[in-house]
Amino acid sequence: MESVLGRYRNLIILVGVLFLQVLGLAVQVKRSADAESTRLIRIWAVSTITPLERVLVWGQKGTGNLWHNYFYLRGVRAENRELKEQIERMRLEQARLSEDAAQARRLQALLAFKEQFVLKTVAAQVIGSSGSDSSRILYIDKGENDGLARDMAVVTADGIVGKVLQVFPSVSQVLLINDQSSGVGAILEKSRLQGVLKGTANGEVVLERLMSDEQVEAGEAILTSGGDQIFPKGLPVGTVAHVGGGKELFLNVRVRPATNLSKLEEVLVVTQKQERQVTAQDTVRMRAADILAQRLPSVPEKPAEPNATSGSPAGPVNGPTRDVSGTAKPQSKPSIVRSPQSGFATKAQNPSTPKPDDGVPLTGPAVESSVPAGSQGSGITDTSAARHEASAPSVVSKPVAEAKPVKPQTKAPVPPKPPAQSNPQPQASEDGPH
Amino acid sequence: MVHTSVPITYTSGEQLEVYRFSVPVTVGVPLLALFLQAFLPRHFPRLAYIDLPLLVTVYFAMARRNPISGLLTGAVIGLVQDSLGGHPIGLYGIAKTVVGFGASSLGVKLDVENAGARLLLTLGFYLLHGVVYFTVARGMVNMNLNWNWGWSVLAGLANAMLGVVLFWFLDKFKQRT
Repeated sequence: MESVLGRYRNLIILVGVLFLQVLGLAVQVKRSADAESTRLIRIWAVSTITPLERVLVWGQKGTGNLWHNYFYLRGVRAENRELKEQIERMRLEQARLSEDAAQARRLQALLAFKEQFVLKTVAAQVIGSSGSDSSRILYIDKGENDGLARDMAVVTADGIVGKVLQVFPSVSQVLLINDQSSGVGAILEKSRLQGVLKGTANGEVVLERLMSDEQVEAGEAILTSGGDQIFPKGLPVGTVAHVGGGKELFLNVRVRPATNLSKLEEVLVVTQKQERQVTAQDTVRMRAADILAQRLPSVPEKPAEPNATSGSPAGPVNGPTRDVSGTAKPQSKPSIVRSPQSGFATKAQNPSTPKPDDGVPLTGPAVESSVPAGSQGSGITDTSAARHEASAPSVVSKPVAEAKPVKPQTKAPVPPKPPAQSNPQPQASEDGPH
Repeated sequence: MVHTSVPITYTSGEQLEVYRFSVPVTVGVPLLALFLQAFLPRHFPRLAYIDLPLLVTVYFAMARRNPISGLLTGAVIGLVQDSLGGHPIGLYGIAKTVVGFGASSLGVKLDVENAGARLLLTLGFYLLHGVVYFTVARGMVNMNLNWNWGWSVLAGLANAMLGVVLFWFLDKFKQRT
């Protein structure tokens, strides 16, 4: 007996070690449904490896910053100009989207829907990966000490990234959406078909549970549906890359993620969401234009001084304005225009910014413009916008269709409409997260 | 014990040298391999196909020529690699245990000092590792994996070529018993 054990000692030990591991694996598989406890070996391994990664990332970032911020500044001016142009375009876009969002809020209030808001996020840096092509995992440099917990959504500005899988004191493990054990509730933006976003073994992302008789087009955007209780509804997921026939009456929809999952540097972890029912109060907030209109009648209380047009709350009217030819116009013609909805003065959209589809170059000559249709009464008359107009004196604002120039001190004030009865066109949301 | 510089493909146990490594190398090299495996694919995603922990397992197992030591080395490295991933712990552990045992068993019988033998053996062990991992992952964990022979052989060749260079570098840390 002893000779047999001695002879096959290596083999017996091999079988024993394999048996132990298979046993451990079986226990984990059996408990995987409910067990979320972190294995001690996992804590040890992560605690050993991630400090090295953190140091390396820190050094790498420091070197990169030194290079980019001090030595390599070529093209910054051009980039700055492009970014400014982009800001102008995005202002217009924001105005339109705000209107849409407010409209959606009104409708949700009517239907007593509940909305989820992203209240708080924590920025984190990606410091490592699982190193395995079968496990799409990232490590970020924020953990339990920073308020992170399991199943928190991880996103970037481009779209969703994944969810927090394991949390350690100063590090967290993020399961990417292209891991095959990942699942995200998703909805197609146009057709409103709902499916489940899953990862595949080779790192692709597919949208499952779409019936084969449904019409799905390549290029259609996909958003989170909110059904997984992890990702807030409406976050970008990606676009449909390819649609093919799948098995068991389901379509095979391959998805191109909105975020480049293999080149992630910084991410945001959604640490706090709020679910609340939309109230009518949200939809009838007073518009900046109405506030402005309410203030105007109070101006005559004090006798106007010769250049009292500058007393108007709207900044842009202070300075001389110029038309396209650059000719100075008198100050008595402020660039305040009458809002077609409220009948009160409001500012015109900054004319230097073209309408999204008019093809006017942003850096081109000053042009007269009217308020884009999408931004009429959209509440973009906030103070920041007014400041923006004041800083762009090279143009003259042209009133919108029915609007007429207003001389605040000479014209009889028109009583403002109550906010609830004024034009229900929404305004830009300044405080509420979307 | 006679050391011959002539490459041989099969020899008796007396002709083969058994090496050992210092504690810093024994601990540091696998840790470094695991660290690089976790860190590099973030910047170079294609490097995820390179399995540095596997190469280190094969190297230590072949150099020590002790099956028990080899399988334990493979088990520990594999389990730590599992810990860094999101799947159940044990998939890499089992695969690398088998590879460690096989590499050390072959190291007892074959001369694994020359580059050609190392290339072929590393390719073979890469494929063996893949087969064991695939089998366990599908059979026990019910993971949806696809086996592609062409891709596996190509990845194995890439690993084997890197292994030849890596083994040559690690040879400098060997200490004769």
